[in-house]
Amino acid sequence: MIQLKMNGLEIQAEEGWTLLEAARFYGLEIPTLCHNDGLTEFGGCRLCLVEIGEGPRSKLVSSCTYPVEEGLVVHTDTARVVRARRMMLELMLSTAPGSKKLQDLASKYGLTHQRFKPRDEECVYCGLCVRICEEQMDARAIGFQNRGNKRKISTPFDARSEVCRLCGACMYICPACQLRCQGPAAETDICNACLTMEPTCLEEYGELQCWMYDAGRCGTCVQEKRK
Amino acid sequence: MNAMQEQIRSIIHKHEGLKKNLIAILLDIQSENAYLPPEALRTVASELAVPLIDIVGLATFYRAFSLKPRGRHLVTVCLGTACHVRGGPKILSEFEKRLAVEPGETTPDKQFTLETVACLGCCAIGPVVVVDRDYYGHTTIQRVNTILKKYQRGNKPKATKRVAKHA
Ligand code: SF4
Ligand code: SF4
Ligand code: SF4
Ligand code: FES
Ligand code: FES
Repeated sequence: MIQLKMNGLEIQAEEGWTLLEAARFYGLEIPTLCHNDGLTEFGGCRLCLVEIGEGPRSKLVSSCTYPVEEGLVVHTDTARVVRARRMMLELMLSTAPGSKKLQDLASKYGLTHQRFKPRDEECVYCGLCVRICEEQMDARAIGFQNRGNKRKISTPFDARSEVCRLCGACMYICPACQLRCQGPAAETDICNACLTMEPTCLEEYGELQCWMYDAGRCGTCVQEKRK
Repeated sequence: MNAMQEQIRSIIHKHEGLKKNLIAILLDIQSENAYLPPEALRTVASELAVPLIDIVGLATFYRAFSLKPRGRHLVTVCLGTACHVRGGPKILSEFEKRLAVEPGETTPDKQFTLETVACLGCCAIGPVVVVDRDYYGHTTIQRVNTILKKYQRGNKPKATKRVAKHA
């Protein structure tokens, strides 16, 4: 057993666990995109960043690839972590603003503005499709091709692959394949954060839903009540 | 077994049929054919028992490989930072205009292929143009035509100026 400190808690983890596994075991939430329990780690999306170490020498690492270490001090939700995560989301969302998964993550983690020009691509290069095709379907029909800004996912020679099983797993797992809803203001870069609607903190408001992303924490409704 | 397959097999044989020599094998195929024909890659995949997608991924990653037939001469214009600020893009558009192709394309007469590169490591002589193995430093729009002429059909490029490091 390995002892480490996470968000001030003394925790124990098994040798070989990643920080993400340890955090989830203790119920600490860390957002992920390119991680999937059934696939090897990829470390590409950087949403699962956590801060390790203390003071000026602390640094951000991807928790899905970083193994637990004896005595390590980890923080999963510092201001620096939150800022970095929102930045990653903002960048990915500008690549594929039509992705439901990304829009949902954006509303959940409080991304409220978009500074980059949307590019409307259909891929954020998370590599999930490539890994599921190889590791779970044993097909190896698709893969990364080219380099830099020409990088893409495709079959050899962009033709129908002889080894593809037509299983659909690649589409099932792709975070960019499921489109966001066409609800209110479907053409905006960041959608309306319906996902974070929660009951208001005060029972008096009955059926009303709170639209603040940190539902129940802002206290706006309490102040209104006082008036 | 056709000629292509035979050629591939002898190349693979030369490299002891080892997976770790994949890049060397592809380089040999590339220099024999001036590009990597799809059929050749399929043969390599089955001979070495490497998934075709991995070979394609590798062949599209490195600039040394091309999946499209290349022309007799390869013209590479540097668009790295140093060459960019010294007018690399203007040189490139001059080549585009004269050859009537875009980067990555080959002229219909199969004489020239135009490519771009991001820094060749000799920024001091930028803007740099490389034709086959000849380096041209301090290129200007006016010199583009002179450079091309040397390689045009019939003109055997002899005694081309090679720019040394200190030029
Ligand atoms: S549908 Fe084809 S490409 Fe997609 S995961 Fe299945 S085998 Fe791979
Ligand atoms: S196609 Fe989808 S699953 Fe595959 S890398 Fe792109 S975003 Fe990820
Ligand atoms: S409008 Fe609401 S439900 Fe629709 S994508 Fe946005 S957050 Fe989701
Ligand atoms: S989940 Fe860790 S980098 Fe994507
Ligand atoms: S930028 Fe052209 S050689 Fe460095």
